[in-house]
Amino acid sequence: MVDKAKLARQFIEAIPHCRALGMVLTEIGDGMARIEMPYDGKLVGDPKTGVVHGGAVSAIMDTCCGAAVMSHPSAPDSTATIDLRIDYMRGATPGQTIVTTAHCYHITRNVAFVRAKAVDDDTGRPVATAAGSFTVEKR
Amino acid sequence: MARPRPEPMQVVKQRRDAALNALVHEVPYIQFLGIEFERRGDELTGLLNFDEKLIGNPYLPAIHGGVTAAFLETTSIITLSWSYLWPEIESGAIDLEQMAAGDLPRLPRTIGFTIEYLRSGLPRDAYARATVTRAGRRYASVLVEAWQDNRDKLFAQASGRFLMPPRDGPDGG
Repeated sequence: MVDKAKLARQFIEAIPHCRALGMVLTEIGDGMARIEMPYDGKLVGDPKTGVVHGGAVSAIMDTCCGAAVMSHPSAPDSTATIDLRIDYMRGATPGQTIVTTAHCYHITRNVAFVRAKAVDDDTGRPVATAAGSFTVEKR
Repeated sequence: MARPRPEPMQVVKQRRDAALNALVHEVPYIQFLGIEFERRGDELTGLLNFDEKLIGNPYLPAIHGGVTAAFLETTSIITLSWSYLWPEIESGAIDLEQMAAGDLPRLPRTIGFTIEYLRSGLPRDAYARATVTRAGRRYASVLVEAWQDNRDKLFAQASGRFLMPPRDGPDGG
């Protein structure tokens, strides 16, 4: 049997852009994924406050959602984002790691549906939420 | 009716380019991604310079969806900020030297962003243009599209909702 979770982990860690942003996959399996991104000066979108750019939050959200799809029990061999909506609740606190969790809550033969949330140290107040649909690629 | 003599071209260009440069070059994440802007009058085009670190799928290979999202969001914010600041740049109300030194005016903040991926992003440069469809006092809406080889074959399109910075005024905006 192929260990889908292990494959997904290897896949994420082989992505150049995820490495460039310092993303670490800390949990994966059963359509759930958790990815962390430590604070770094190059991610800053507002030089006055040091708040991380929304685009960097988009990147980690997109990766985390894709990982959740890959780890679904009926897992596709590959996936690509069809659409992704991100809502920003507040700026992430400078210096803190951004932690995203994504859940692939429904999957059909062709489309996977995912929700995700990003938080920093103050886990009770989300930084951003996301909802998206992804392709289901079978070899 | 004598109209005022137009300003010399280099004065106009220098002022506009200095303002745009400050907006783009003072943001570390925009520099990290390698995004630049080209200007024709007040029209802006975002340019994403390709680099290996932007790859999201090493097997295809393709640009990371998050990079595409960040590129479109950056193009939206810069275009919106640009149109919002334009009157003050033109009137001279904005101190360009201060701006170049990193003292940027308050910029719009993203409330939400919805992106659709139409084709995979090829490992080469990409371009994006945004249109401000509503510029209210508190909220603004922007449409943005991105392409690579052919202007008519978009590889991504998106819409964004933004919160405008408070205006200086008697009621604090």
